[in-house]
Amino acid sequence: MARATVLGRLNWLSAEVVADRRETPRVRSLVLDCPGWPGHLPGQHVDIRLTAEDGYQAQRSYSIATPADGTRVTLTVEHVPDGEVSPYLVDEAVIGDRFELRGPIGGYFVWRPDDGGPLLLIAGGSGIAPLMAMLRARRRLHEGVRARLLMSARSSDDLIYAAELNELAATDPGVEVVQTLTRSQPEGWTGYSRRVDREMLAEVAWPEAEHAHTYVCGPTEFVEAVANSLVALGYDPRSIRTERFGPSGGS
Amino acid sequence: MTEYEHRDGNALGGLLLEAFGREMTDADACCGNCHRVNQIGGMLLYQSGPGDVLRCPNCATVVMVATARPDGTRFYFAQLTWMQPRN
Repeated sequence: MARATVLGRLNWLSAEVVADRRETPRVRSLVLDCPGWPGHLPGQHVDIRLTAEDGYQAQRSYSIATPADGTRVTLTVEHVPDGEVSPYLVDEAVIGDRFELRGPIGGYFVWRPDDGGPLLLIAGGSGIAPLMAMLRARRRLHEGVRARLLMSARSSDDLIYAAELNELAATDPGVEVVQTLTRSQPEGWTGYSRRVDREMLAEVAWPEAEHAHTYVCGPTEFVEAVANSLVALGYDPRSIRTERFGPSGGS
Repeated sequence: MTEYEHRDGNALGGLLLEAFGREMTDADACCGNCHRVNQIGGMLLYQSGPGDVLRCPNCATVVMVATARPDGTRFYFAQLTWMQPRN
């Protein structure tokens, strides 16, 4: 990596909200324009810093939900009750707002498309965001890579990117999308209806011999359960890349 | 301390970038207790008390602690035998 790029990432950049989309009642995507943005890899995150009028600062990390696109960065943020940053991003920020951002950050929970596949992506709630960046990057340039996504949400109203994922699954034979709804299911639901467990993973995950590139993202309890089940199924612990939010949403 | 409050070393990426001037979450690091090698981003991060505490995902030994001081971040390499950033 060029030294100038590395140094550039140390600086806080000014990000401007240029578009937004309500994904679910508690989740919103924000498209930010960040002059000076050096580009990024699927799975990387940014730090966001908000400064109050009295000088108080709050800082949080958010995954990037889109592949590199010039100076544009899209974040998908879930409202964390009592959070210091997410309530602003989800319910208050308007087009034209500016705040500070630095990144891209991360070399561990990253899919380098040249690494190939198959991909096994497992998301709990808004943990779908960095995995969506991988699927979108794959669709743009690397459709030969097979991918399976298992996503868990409370109800159908909480399924983030639902329309885009339905369209992807219907039109791209290389992508399988499996969903489980843990609290309530609409009439005629054909997906799973329970928390992700070992039996579900045995049905959905690639056989261990495929040496899948595996990424698990979500609340800590979810990630722990999934990673432990995959290891029980024979996956090498070091082949499973994890991103834990902590006890509730966020990251 | 609840069982599910920890995160991953990933979340320290910004702090490490600031301190070391380069991406560090994909650096290999060897636990001083069990000598397993893991990437920093895959270690367990506890942020409930003062400082950021990084533990080995294999044996839970405290590998590194980062504390904010008025004059910068201080890193304690408690049980870290070696660390190798990627080229």
